[in-house]
Amino acid sequence: MKLKTDAKNVSYLVIIILILAFLVAVPFISKPYTVILLKNILMFVALTLSWALFSGPTGYISLATAAFYGAGIYTAAYLGDVLPLPVMVLCGGVASFLLALIIGAITLRLRGIYFAIFTLSSVELIKHVLHWIEITVLGKRGRPVVKVSDSTVFYVILIIVVLLLVTTYFLKRSRYGMAMSSIGSCEEAAAHIGVNVVRVKVFTFALSSFFIGLTGAIMATGLIYIDSQIAFDLNYSFFPTLMATFGGLGNIFGPVIGAVLFSYLREILITKFPYVYMLIFGLVMILTILYLPNGIIGLAQTIKVKFLGGKDATATGRKVN
Amino acid sequence: MISFINIFVNGLLLGGIYAITAVGLSMQYGVARILNIAHGEFIMVGAFLTWMLHTSLGINPLFCLALVGPILFLLGYLVRHYLFKTLRERTPSPAAFEGNSMLMAFGLLFVIQSLAIFIWGKSIVGYSFMPYSVYLGEIRFAANRLVIMVAAVAICFLFYLFLTRTRTGKAIRAASQDSDAAALMGVDINRMLTLCFALGALMAGFAGVLVSMDVKLNATMGMEYTIIAIIVIVLGGLGSIPGSLVGGFLLGIFGSIVSGIEPGLTLAAYYLLFMVLLLVKPSGIFGR
Amino acid sequence: MQLLQVEKLTKNFGGLTAVSGVDFHVNRGEIMGLIGPNGAGKTTLFNLISGTYVPNAGKIVFNGESIGGLKPNYICRKGLVRTFQTVKIFPEMTVFQNVLMGALFGSEGKTWPEANAETGEILDFTGLTPLSDTPAGSLTLVNQKRVEVARALAAKPRLLLLDEMMAGLNPAEVAESMELVTRIRDRGITIIMIEHVMKAIMNICKRIIVLHHGKKITEGTPAEISTNKTVIEIYLGEEEQAHAGS
Ligand SMILES: Nc1ncnc2c1ncn2[C@@H]1O[C@H](COP(=O)(O)OP(=O)(O)O)[C@@H](O)[C@H]1O
Ligand SMILES: [Mg+2]
Repeated sequence: MKLKTDAKNVSYLVIIILILAFLVAVPFISKPYTVILLKNILMFVALTLSWALFSGPTGYISLATAAFYGAGIYTAAYLGDVLPLPVMVLCGGVASFLLALIIGAITLRLRGIYFAIFTLSSVELIKHVLHWIEITVLGKRGRPVVKVSDSTVFYVILIIVVLLLVTTYFLKRSRYGMAMSSIGSCEEAAAHIGVNVVRVKVFTFALSSFFIGLTGAIMATGLIYIDSQIAFDLNYSFFPTLMATFGGLGNIFGPVIGAVLFSYLREILITKFPYVYMLIFGLVMILTILYLPNGIIGLAQTIKVKFLGGKDATATGRKVN
Repeated sequence: MISFINIFVNGLLLGGIYAITAVGLSMQYGVARILNIAHGEFIMVGAFLTWMLHTSLGINPLFCLALVGPILFLLGYLVRHYLFKTLRERTPSPAAFEGNSMLMAFGLLFVIQSLAIFIWGKSIVGYSFMPYSVYLGEIRFAANRLVIMVAAVAICFLFYLFLTRTRTGKAIRAASQDSDAAALMGVDINRMLTLCFALGALMAGFAGVLVSMDVKLNATMGMEYTIIAIIVIVLGGLGSIPGSLVGGFLLGIFGSIVSGIEPGLTLAAYYLLFMVLLLVKPSGIFGR
Repeated sequence: MQLLQVEKLTKNFGGLTAVSGVDFHVNRGEIMGLIGPNGAGKTTLFNLISGTYVPNAGKIVFNGESIGGLKPNYICRKGLVRTFQTVKIFPEMTVFQNVLMGALFGSEGKTWPEANAETGEILDFTGLTPLSDTPAGSLTLVNQKRVEVARALAAKPRLLLLDEMMAGLNPAEVAESMELVTRIRDRGITIIMIEHVMKAIMNICKRIIVLHHGKKITEGTPAEISTNKTVIEIYLGEEEQAHAGS
């Protein structure tokens, strides 16, 4: 049994490394358009993995992704021309991390849908306040962002995705990961068995936001000019939630698959038929909730169990606190 | 003094529309446990239908209440019957149902919004309805807002009578308070929940008709109304129509004070108020 | 040698005083019973001691340290662990993982191998080893309750609070549970148990305290309690109701 899982893990690792090697080579071997396409897909992979890092195990549905993404974007707009790129991107992550500590600390007492609508409102609150400050205090709406070449952005996002994969993998297998899933499973029991639920929740929330902030900061460099409406777009809260739910939260590949499928679909539809995309997006969300409670990954596992036998150990389902 | 009274009156006028915005969602979440994030989209559809009926067929917007309401009722009925009812049957625990139904309502939001854009486009539309003022002594009322408020309060009142005086209304209230006991008394819970959700959509339709008489419309206007509805419910209490009226007027006055001070921050103040309310009354916010 | 002292402990819920000025203590190494009709405030008392709720007034001293108002996770790590009346296990995790949670987080500074070894030992002790790899959510009620106790034991408690561990069990299962409770005591763990199953309480507790409407009515040995007039009136009356109802 042990040997078998090891062999399986090794083959997964080989596949992942091959895919990564291919991605690293892409800017040298393919057209500029492909780089932009893959960059946008990887961006959603990063956002979805970040979202799943916190919301997957804990079951708290966060709709604040757009707030952290926006914090990263604004960091880039303000620091992009003063700091070297890596430092600036890091600052975007730190800004989101700090913002998440604040939001996390005040939402501790909220469970279930209350947490979801609170985080959703936090995006809107920040957007409106920023807008007001820009109009009345600064007298100027929005800011330009320093432009960075597409292939640089592509590599930075690739690094973020790899960091996320590694972080998710090791967290899951750590003591800390056990604590996170115990919170999703039964928070009260977790607290009474010695888990510091407050610390685990807030820190994980902030960690996931750190990656979202990194992504926002680097993606901002492709936007040329940003304002509060662009930076704090609620769609960036909805997309990762749906992509992860659609892919399935049972294991690390679920969010990746969900993000890749949907962002590819988005890339082909968004310029010509943006509302077809929205329509499909909404329909798939409804159908996923109705018929695929464990997402694509869960479906794959069910099929595997049905036809090949064996134990279904990874599908844990979508939990809601 | 006059400006203070004006702010107050404005608040009251806004309050009517806020109340009727909330009544529907209050029913849907209070009885059927569906936090229908797409509630504002139902309002938006109601508003656009009214705009269409008024501008292309010249129908009086007030008369549209009788046309638009039933359409939204039917829409709500179908949504609950084909989507949320199925979800309920497939979801084990009530807590999981609440979370999943909220996510599903997000999906619904996208579907309704994109369909609305296919049909009505992305631009801002509107018509003017009674664009003059009436005076009561020194105090100025916008005529359309006065009509809206009177209509909103009247609809809430009629709905209240329906819930408290008719057999069906009483069955709905029984189902919301103690579903087991209601089931024992022979109430078909599932039918009641569907009816209740549809009535919520009907109220959203009415709200949409009234909204269209005052503001300009666009297909993405829904979210704002959903948030307003949730705030009103938090202020006034869940599942209670008098509560929604009180909450609506409170929020109306709050909004009109804020816009008296700094109009640019009105929406921000709503969100802030909402978040503070959530924190002050955490799990029990929607408690009765 | 007192392990726990509770003084004038009070908890209000709005207008209702669920626990009202309760005083008692627990000696090291004893099994103490806590009884009273439904709604008497027994679970609330556990909730106060284990940190679920913050008391409105009163003192809780555990092992010489005041713990009133501390967060549950700190209280657990000081060696005061509880189970719940309505089972609160981690349903998606296996039995082994449930117990491992207690071993990993219940006390400080344990390495994975130590926690694993400890979990194995506790599973043996509670007879759960054969179910080790089963998801806890798919177990029967009696086994779920057993998992909860095992998880609590893995946290290395000095004091264990058991809330209606035997409710809903058949007579054979009750007998097994009674035997388990005494074996736990023999490991040197002090126990307070809330129980409606009179046979169990009367047989294994040295001392019993009786709660009614949030107040402590009396305390004494099983013999004293079973002949106490007030207790018979309030408690046994309730028992009859419960029997009539079931
Ligand atoms: N969280 C709470 N909020 C409000 N009332 C509560 C809460 N917990 C318990 N109560 C009330 O306190 C009283 C005591 O309850 P409980 O401690 O559960 O009784 P017991 O365990 O003895 O049956 C009951 O009347 C119960 O309704
Ligand atoms: Mg109890």
